[in-house]
Amino acid sequence: MWRDASLVAGRDLRIEARSRVTVHQVGPFALLVLVLFAFALDPARQILERATPGLYWITVLFSALLAIARSAALDEAAGVRDAVRLSALDPVGVFAGKALAVAAELLVLEALLAVGVIILYGAEPAGVGLLVATCLAATAAIASTGTLYGALVSGLRVRETLLPLLLLPVLAPVLIGATRAFEAALGGAPADGWPWCGLLAVFAILYSVAGALAYGTLLEAS
Amino acid sequence: MEPIVHLRAAVALLGRFPALAGIDLDVVRGEIVLLRGPNGAGKTTVLRACAGLVPVVRGEATVLGHDLRRDAAAVRRRVGLLGHESALFDELPVVGNVTFWGRACRASAADIASALDLVGLSGRLRDVPVGRLSAGQRRRTALACLLARRPELWLLDEPHAGLDNDARDLLDGLVRQAVEQGATVLMSSHELDRAEALADRVVALEAGVTAAQRAERPAPEPTAEPSAPAPEVTHVA
Repeated sequence: MWRDASLVAGRDLRIEARSRVTVHQVGPFALLVLVLFAFALDPARQILERATPGLYWITVLFSALLAIARSAALDEAAGVRDAVRLSALDPVGVFAGKALAVAAELLVLEALLAVGVIILYGAEPAGVGLLVATCLAATAAIASTGTLYGALVSGLRVRETLLPLLLLPVLAPVLIGATRAFEAALGGAPADGWPWCGLLAVFAILYSVAGALAYGTLLEAS
Repeated sequence: MEPIVHLRAAVALLGRFPALAGIDLDVVRGEIVLLRGPNGAGKTTVLRACAGLVPVVRGEATVLGHDLRRDAAAVRRRVGLLGHESALFDELPVVGNVTFWGRACRASAADIASALDLVGLSGRLRDVPVGRLSAGQRRRTALACLLARRPELWLLDEPHAGLDNDARDLLDGLVRQAVEQGATVLMSSHELDRAEALADRVVALEAGVTAAQRAERPAPEPTAEPSAPAPEVTHVA
């Protein structure tokens, strides 16, 4: 399973590295959203500072939608889905590989956005351990859920609009948990954030297991 | 001898509509069988059904000893399908595509290198992104992906389409070589002169059923089970 996961993750990341969609489109989009939030809330600087955790994770979610749609599109190329079904690839491995590739892209994006909020919003990093753990758990939850829902809408003519409509409500608990954990870390009370981080880890495990179990069926049905 | 492909009154659905309406077909080991018929006759659906990609809902359907209705997954790993769609990633080079699909089918590095060599893509084209290749070169890349997995049953859907004469000769040579090594081939083509010259038997389809069968040459001697008798070639009304 892990062999297949590394094969699929390597393929997706190589394609991303060559096409540079993440670097040229998703990254700039994420930074643009941060800048627009700053323009909109800058007159009320205190509000901007207080809202930084929420704005950060909303931006991550919007950017993740692009990365997830792009990841799903790779398997919609002509004949790829049939070729996967004809291969010896374990569906769980394919799911894990695609989720790992999305997660790797999101972690890079989150690092970029972290620099953005420090510069634009004046955020002062504190509780680094909690921030990193929160990012890892939330990213795992977003990547696994996104990979599952990307496969779910694959092949539908309305997939571009349907994906956010289905995905964002499912990811609402992740948005809430990650925002609360970040608020605690940036507010100088990391101990208050660890329960939220734990909740995120539970979400990540649940979504990953559900995705791994359902992916093979979706592959057959689409 | 048990046929490699055995379809008897097989019905397959595409969505809610019957694409195969009770087809009869037997293909024995080492045979090259050509499916011919007008557009919509069901040639592609027969190939996809034999690959386990289109569900057979009624009738008998056995491929490589596995019942397609119960164990399609076991069939998929042992067949190779060269279809209209190439399943290639434009951003990856030729070698990247063949290596990915080869490794996905548990092919060895030697098999992957050999496949690239056999289709003439081991030279300067090896590192060119597939998106920059001509249609014929893309077809060769897809053929290399199929060769790397060394399938027991080749399912070729319009394999000559988009290839120049040299590439067609190369493809025909590779098919004959695979058959000599024990593979079986079921193909469809509209390029009948070339395909009929390659085939041992022609099966005509019409509206999802077998309309007629014609032997182009005597059925091949079985390679895997030498003691088994050669199959009879039947004509179906």
